[in-house]
Amino acid sequence: MDVRRDFPVLDKEDLAYLDTAATSLTPRRVLHRMDEYYVNYSANVHRGVYRLSHEATRLYEDARRAVAGFVNADADEIVFTRGASSALNLVAKAYEPEIGPGDEILISELEHHSNLLPWQQLAKRTGATLTYIPLTEEGRITVQALKSVLTRQTKLVAITHVSNVMGYETPVRELSALAHEKGATVIVDAAQSAPHMPLDVRRIDCDFLAFSSHKMLGPTGVGALYGKRRHLERLEPVEYGGDMVEETGLHDATWQKPPLKFETGTPPIAEVIGFGEAVRYLEELGLEAVREHEKQLAEYTLSQLDAMEGITVYNPTTDSGIVTFNIDGVHPHDVVTVLDQEGVSLRAGHHCAQLVMAFLNQTATLRASFYVYNDHSDVDRLVRGLQKARDFFAGFEEGLR
Amino acid sequence: MKMQNLYRQIIMEHYKRPRNKGLLEDDRYVTEHIRNPSCGDDVTIQTLLADGVVKDIRHEGSGCSICCSSASVLSEVLKDKPLESALEVSRQYKGMLTGEDFDADLLEDAIAYQGVQDFPARIKCASIAWQAFESTVKAGDDDE
Repeated sequence: MDVRRDFPVLDKEDLAYLDTAATSLTPRRVLHRMDEYYVNYSANVHRGVYRLSHEATRLYEDARRAVAGFVNADADEIVFTRGASSALNLVAKAYEPEIGPGDEILISELEHHSNLLPWQQLAKRTGATLTYIPLTEEGRITVQALKSVLTRQTKLVAITHVSNVMGYETPVRELSALAHEKGATVIVDAAQSAPHMPLDVRRIDCDFLAFSSHKMLGPTGVGALYGKRRHLERLEPVEYGGDMVEETGLHDATWQKPPLKFETGTPPIAEVIGFGEAVRYLEELGLEAVREHEKQLAEYTLSQLDAMEGITVYNPTTDSGIVTFNIDGVHPHDVVTVLDQEGVSLRAGHHCAQLVMAFLNQTATLRASFYVYNDHSDVDRLVRGLQKARDFFAGFEEGLR
Repeated sequence: MKMQNLYRQIIMEHYKRPRNKGLLEDDRYVTEHIRNPSCGDDVTIQTLLADGVVKDIRHEGSGCSICCSSASVLSEVLKDKPLESALEVSRQYKGMLTGEDFDADLLEDAIAYQGVQDFPARIKCASIAWQAFESTVKAGDDDE
């Protein structure tokens, strides 16, 4: 995959950027689309009848069709949000009137805080029971595990599609089918899957699916919530104001049809248009090819780390481009400072997944995550940096003996 | 930027062999716990203040070498200093980290953290133990 020259940051900086799981780089054509909005037709959407506003609206809704097509949804099933976190919060808030004491919400310890805290707090507010799907020894969510906790009281099942720390792919299609047998609603956090593999919401048959633009070559500040039409029609909006209202009276009002019902206020128009361009770019690369490319890089990384002394890898069976590890006896923050000097950008910390850290019995780890702009030379650079960091800190141990 | 300027031998020594580590069950000590949610550094400082003098400092926590060692260095540097002097050292230390003028003579071993100023991402790591110390003596004020 030869796309490095599409990314201006990589032109400017001699970098091995290995932190896509936190946020991805942005290609020139996405930036160009966003510029175009401000330069050529910088007007509000869904309001003006003049030419500029009409053009802005057309491009905004084109982006919605592009994002919908990307996950095989219809355009009116895609709500633009501030990101995956905001999309998951929207669902949790919208379900509040339908949840009460005696109901169960199922999540897992594998969740990013964005698919954990909205449900934890929903359970607290409503008196529902929050239950964790037990993880396998390896840290995976399985059909068997869901079976063991799923009951007739289960109302919501909120699960990650790909873990942002372990890189495991959850069998969401099988889990959805099982949850639906008991009448539960299934919410999938696709923040780490949508950027990296072909997604089909019809095939998965989940009720909701959330993802963020900035993790898939688009700008920050925008994301998408897919929701089945009947849910989006039934649920009440969670925010009120301009654009979402159909008719306003003194003491009540009626709402627009979905998805506009859930999009009040002026949206991030340029960002939505940029998001649309990002998914077009990814589709041109081909999501199967993207997945294959990342898997190869992860496998190469695992083989290189395996050959190194003093490294512990926490997810040797990763299904994605995410590899999580530590240098034994050296705190990850100390490692990334050395790596940064070598031009390697790597994440160190708890990755907004403190329950996963508890599962691994670590307070923090290193995480390398790959994307379309990475290649084998980035992995080689990472490995050289890690050797340097390991030797540097081992040198102090010598001095202390 | 040289790694050796950040990771001085004395820092790594305090990291591997911390002094005054371990908290005490003693009501006379004022305890302050600070956590950096973004990176997971976690420090608790206990201060025993008597007659306007910092009689003892204990610490506990987990985190990177810069964070953990700074708690240990602080406990040695500030022990037995009058509170006013201890706070002055803390002030000079913060000045050093953020690249302002500072009085090197006052800092004793804490001067080892001078290199942190060239690594802005690590200033927080070097600061939180000192922040926690300041809170323990301010909390002490409130009690009086």
